[in-house]
Amino acid sequence: MKKYTYTEKKDTRSGFGAGLYEAGQRNPNVVALCADLVGSLKMEAFIKDFPDRFVQVGIAEANMIGIAAGLTIGGKIPFTGTFANFSTGRVYDQIRQSVAYSNKNVKICASHAGLTLGEDGATHQILEDIGLMKMLPGMTVINTCDYNQTKAATLAIAEYEGPVYLRFGRPVVPIFTEADQKFEIGKAWMVNEGADVSIFATGHLVWEAIKAGEMLAEMGIDAEIINIHTIKPLDEAAVLASVAKTRCVVSAEEHNRIGGLGDSIAQLLMKHDPVPMEFVAVNDSFGESGKPDLLMKKYGLDDAHIVKAVQAVLQRK
Amino acid sequence: MVNDITTLQRTATQVRRDIVRMVHACQSGHPGGSLGCADFLVALYFHIMNNNPAFSMDGIGEDLFFLSNGHISPVWYSVLARSGYFPVSELATFRQLDSRLQGHPTTHEHLPGVRIASGSLGQGLSVAIGAALAKKLNNDKSIVYTLQGDGELQEGQNWEAFMFAPHNKVDNIIATIDYNGQQIDGPTSKVLSLGNLKAKLEAFDWEVLEMDGNDMDNVISTMALAKSKTGHGVPIAILMKTVMGNGVDYMMGTHKWHGSAPNDAQLAAALAQLEETLGDY
Repeated sequence: MKKYTYTEKKDTRSGFGAGLYEAGQRNPNVVALCADLVGSLKMEAFIKDFPDRFVQVGIAEANMIGIAAGLTIGGKIPFTGTFANFSTGRVYDQIRQSVAYSNKNVKICASHAGLTLGEDGATHQILEDIGLMKMLPGMTVINTCDYNQTKAATLAIAEYEGPVYLRFGRPVVPIFTEADQKFEIGKAWMVNEGADVSIFATGHLVWEAIKAGEMLAEMGIDAEIINIHTIKPLDEAAVLASVAKTRCVVSAEEHNRIGGLGDSIAQLLMKHDPVPMEFVAVNDSFGESGKPDLLMKKYGLDDAHIVKAVQAVLQRK
Repeated sequence: MVNDITTLQRTATQVRRDIVRMVHACQSGHPGGSLGCADFLVALYFHIMNNNPAFSMDGIGEDLFFLSNGHISPVWYSVLARSGYFPVSELATFRQLDSRLQGHPTTHEHLPGVRIASGSLGQGLSVAIGAALAKKLNNDKSIVYTLQGDGELQEGQNWEAFMFAPHNKVDNIIATIDYNGQQIDGPTSKVLSLGNLKAKLEAFDWEVLEMDGNDMDNVISTMALAKSKTGHGVPIAILMKTVMGNGVDYMMGTHKWHGSAPNDAQLAAALAQLEETLGDY
């Protein structure tokens, strides 16, 4: 098992804030919009240096999505920022008609996704957003795993032409990817090559998968770990190549089992190469208030549950 | 630019012929609101706006128009075709398979003149405000025009947009509301009353003008007044009184022709009232 260490922990949303600021420096057409959550979205640096390119819309997310779509018509590259729940479910029809169907170059940037939002509880802990967004034709869906990857992804989507959903989170998590990485949309990242099982992880579950990989190595199980940061378009070649080798799969994500990364992989495998698969995801339920790490444990989204899923899938191999 | 009132009126009459023929041909679509807004859209595209039929999506340096109540696509398609955005013969494809003239306007089929999809109501004003903000960022002095239905104002997103524009001094936008008092299920006063709409918009700090949308002289003069009021820190709204179905006697003033197509006899009766001024498609 390849060794991953970290010296610092940071929240992925701060990676977004840093990426947004740098994107703003690089391209004067980058503009930002926020619905009364600039602190939570770490937009302060951008607002301070580019005040004319920032739009505070107030608590009015539908209007924000529409304004963002309109800004693209003058050649702007709008980044909208709010919590994942208010970025997707609340404004689904606005995104569907004014952004996706109209093919507008809007970057929908969503913080506080999933259970790790923590104490605010299920009203704010959306676990259905990946599914909602990936169902929209033409929408790119990205879920990043640490500060560095989130920053790199933010810079990459600024240069990509087309609608994007970028999902990140609230808690501080280890920084284990390279600082000046090049983020390639749609290209999976090989975290660890292995032979016995393919673990496809996204978002906060990538670090959990690495920890699980170390535990599995001690048990004599050689896990291949692949980070699927771009859920749509899915890197089908990377998934199929890995599965051809390992013949069994575990998917891991901070999302409902229905509609997430696991669904996308299962659909691909069912068509091309059916193999046993286990899903580490929320089992079709809402979340609840609590500390992020305790919630992840309770809802089965930590390293121990990945190990358990690997053991289960190996039994079926 | 067409300045002659009679020519504009005759163009609107041809547009009305196009509308009823398009809706009759596919036996679907929305003739009522389309007929009511024919004069306004003809005035906009032939006289008021500085627009370029050699279409570019960004529309830098030209006035833009956004149709929020996308179901009145027949009138917009006719006006776009008659003002040179695409061949008038294409109007025959309205709502047919493989057409660029979808039931509701869309950019998906790359129809020149359309910059955003509309149909699901209440979204157009926000989009237009975004386009207006982009113009300000680009130091582009052009104006953004919109049209909303009155029933459409029951959608809450409009009021988010109404609140946003004055606060942010979006003064390069002229938002017109088709104030015909009708919606699918009946008069707006019975379905969900708009109350004192003028007072409501004024309370939201918009400057509000009133206009007879079926009087070409009044449309021209009111729009000129509205244009003169742009650039002064306040967004402009126009309450445009129209008669749903205007120009076809049996369709006038009732919600029954909001979304119904005429049969052969009804088509003949409608066309008898509308002179063929520019040649049918």
